Amino acid sequence: MTAAADSREDTFPKLLARNARIRPQRTAFRHKDLGIWQSWTWAQVYDTVRAYASGLQALGLERGGKIAVIGYNRPRLYWTIAAAQWLGAIPVPVYADSVAEEMAYVLSHAEVTHAAVQDQEQVDKLLTVADQLPLLEQVLYDEEKGLRDYDHTRLHSIASVIEEGRARLAGEGEAAKLDRELQNGKGSDLAIILYTSGTTGRPKGVMLTSDAVIAAARIGCEFDDLNETDEILAYLPIAWVGDHIFSYAQAFLAGLCVNCPESPETVAEDRREVGATYVFAPPRVFESILTLTMVRIEDASALKRRMFHYFIKHANKVGEKILNKEPGVGLGDRLLWQIGNALVYAPLRNRFGMTRVKVGYTAGEAIGPEIFRFYRSIGVNLKQLYGQTEASVYITMQPDGEIRADTVGRPAPEVEIRIADNGEVLYRSPGVFMGYYKDEEKTAETKTPDGFVHSGDAGFFDANGHLKIIDRAKDVGKMRDGSLFPPKYVENKLKFYPNIKEAVCFGDGKDYVSAFINIDLVAVSNWAERNGVTYASYQELAGHPRVYEMIEKHVDEVNRSLASEPRMGGAQIKRFLILHKELDADDGELTRTQKVRRGFIAERYAPLIEALYDGSPEADISTEVTFEDGRKGVISARVKIRDMEPYPVQQTATLPEAAE
Amino acid sequence: MRAPDHPILSKGDVLLAVENVSLGFGGVKALTDVSFDIRKSEIRAIIGPNGAGKTSMLNCINGFYYPTQGQITFKGVKRPKMRPFEAARGGIARTFQNVALFKSMSTLDNIMAGRSIRMRSNFFWQLFRHGPALKEEVEHRRFVEEIIDFLEIQHIRKTPVGRLPYGLQKRVELGRALAMEPDLLLLDEPMAGMNLEEKEDMSRFILEVNQQYGTTIALIEHDMGVVMDLSDRVVVLEYGRKIADGTPDEVKRDQRVIDAYLGVAH
Repeated sequence: MTAAADSREDTFPKLLARNARIRPQRTAFRHKDLGIWQSWTWAQVYDTVRAYASGLQALGLERGGKIAVIGYNRPRLYWTIAAAQWLGAIPVPVYADSVAEEMAYVLSHAEVTHAAVQDQEQVDKLLTVADQLPLLEQVLYDEEKGLRDYDHTRLHSIASVIEEGRARLAGEGEAAKLDRELQNGKGSDLAIILYTSGTTGRPKGVMLTSDAVIAAARIGCEFDDLNETDEILAYLPIAWVGDHIFSYAQAFLAGLCVNCPESPETVAEDRREVGATYVFAPPRVFESILTLTMVRIEDASALKRRMFHYFIKHANKVGEKILNKEPGVGLGDRLLWQIGNALVYAPLRNRFGMTRVKVGYTAGEAIGPEIFRFYRSIGVNLKQLYGQTEASVYITMQPDGEIRADTVGRPAPEVEIRIADNGEVLYRSPGVFMGYYKDEEKTAETKTPDGFVHSGDAGFFDANGHLKIIDRAKDVGKMRDGSLFPPKYVENKLKFYPNIKEAVCFGDGKDYVSAFINIDLVAVSNWAERNGVTYASYQELAGHPRVYEMIEKHVDEVNRSLASEPRMGGAQIKRFLILHKELDADDGELTRTQKVRRGFIAERYAPLIEALYDGSPEADISTEVTFEDGRKGVISARVKIRDMEPYPVQQTATLPEAAE
Repeated sequence: MRAPDHPILSKGDVLLAVENVSLGFGGVKALTDVSFDIRKSEIRAIIGPNGAGKTSMLNCINGFYYPTQGQITFKGVKRPKMRPFEAARGGIARTFQNVALFKSMSTLDNIMAGRSIRMRSNFFWQLFRHGPALKEEVEHRRFVEEIIDFLEIQHIRKTPVGRLPYGLQKRVELGRALAMEPDLLLLDEPMAGMNLEEKEDMSRFILEVNQQYGTTIALIEHDMGVVMDLSDRVVVLEYGRKIADGTPDEVKRDQRVIDAYLGVAH
């Protein structure tokens, strides 16, 4: 190691060399293999990556070349990234579960010459599309299983490449030559290309420099005070920017330990075993853990069940305040929480593998507030962040003590945010990407000349300076007077009330917003029973004046809340009606995943929409319905329309240009 | 383990030869004059309609039954009358048509049980898990972990097998048979009752066992597609008699097989 030269560690291999120097004996990576946690120290990792880099060089990988990395989280795949960067080559991680055709697109678009993959499954995929990848020269694999009889002229095990590299380094001048490669790397060099999964259209290759990735990693490390004693479980796809930042960049920067699980199915158990201190998971993971707990607890003995429910109720009341260190929690409540902690919360945290969690993050989509609160109330410091591949993750984060379920937090350190006229969130930070690989046009569309990036999401800052994401920017409409109309946001506010099952709002290009509402039969019939409202059918209940009154109150509350939010005041609901039938996937009104098909509904209920906008107090509609046995029938109804009194729009102080 | 007087067989040599075997239970003849061989490192299927004598054949090979006539030669040595555990010691492992695992024991313990046949240290050491017994257990555990890794059942390592779905139980049973490092692996309907995905998984494992460890496999299976894809050679039984023997293609074209089995079943 030439200590003088790498005084500034501006690439990951240089950071690795630094780690090997300042914390050689600390554990850097672990992988559970054959039931045992195998571990490697930073010194060993450095040594291995160096040999690996030399081996890759022997296989013809050079500065500017591309190497695909495909598979689950395995130490050797992370080391492939480091070894490639050592040589100045660009790693291109690919989602392991993508089918061969998708893989072929990404690999040929990225012009990879080498690929390092996990196992036979991935090798097979590459072989089936080999004819589409004329540039691909060498394929490396981690696990030998099943590959013994394959033709090994272009196929190598990673272990053998590392060995070969080790042997090479013993040769005269080789070591010095390789270390020169390390020193030739610059922070401004392209470090990695991450392909965005692309729900629409082809995946795009996001190019990130070492400087950007390191800057982003530093933001996260400093924000939550991560250091070499932290442990992370690396189980999310390595091709995803989050994993790259958390399990690679931050590990190299802060020297924290990366734990690779045994298999995708053992993640929960493995997390418990290593006692991760830093956890990241998309909302669905937290959701499924909670659901599983709730199901299991119903199978527990009566005593345990009652104890669980009693203390969870208490935690719901005070747990979050205690975690936030808010005042106003009585001594008795604190004491009770401590008892609950001993009996319920701590065992739960242990089961979840979250005993040692210092900070946990969730992002990607909105998390249910009750789920979010559950974890916080039992003492898990779960937070939300808002990020994108193009930003090397961090855009906004929730600082300790300012955690709310409905916002994504304040702008992360060093991130500037600006909200465009159409409500779109734009950001600029040291972590932003260079551009899309081989797509100048898209890059120009996304990046403004002054370095801001279009996030594609619409949002606004609330009174506390927290960003709230409301919808995809392209779904946000504009009303005739120019005010914003985010349909999903308004609908979600309505659906927050248990009595409202579904809502469909209209307003794009109109003078005001109006809404179709579906009552929730379970909740409303329950209410009807308690309040002596008699009815014979869904249709009758939906049209009942007292139901209208109740819903009117909800709509009024939604309007008030909209009026108090910046730029949302124009989206208040002026007129609404309660639909005489439930929106149903069988009738094509919802998708099979229960999402509203707005366009179809607008067409089908055109007379109702017309009535909403021509001022008439009621309208007739007849619709064809499909019964559960497949027969078709027609339902006709006269639907009443209610007018609402909108609230005056409050002029909120400043538009959040100056949010940072 | 393998007795030193056995000749070392290479791929393609006859591992087990069945010669003119008949088996009767009182007046009922389960097998009549059946002859075929199983060669080293091949996948050999035994097929036939219900009651054709497939499982009886397997039970003869396995030492559970002793043929009333004819003889079985295993690794070049004529088989004396023996009990199943002696066959197991001799290098024959099997799985059962109905899963036969220790339901309340974990996956790991079940597979370790398959390993017990290779445990050498005496009861005393094992009781205290000390000295040679400890060293031995570590070695065996390592082998078992390799099987667990191979069969991709890490996530159920510590789960009692009684709680597992059927497809996984079958996999555990295969694991236990593999733990014996058998020369010959007998699989009695390894895919019975499985859905398509489970069948595909199981087929893959069977092929991988055969390729990776060179294990000779004899299997009984009803799913024709599976049999034709997996096996190197197929022997067809009907009413206790052999009616055809050959590669899947040959067997498929054999008129007697079509009449007896494929023609009826499909």
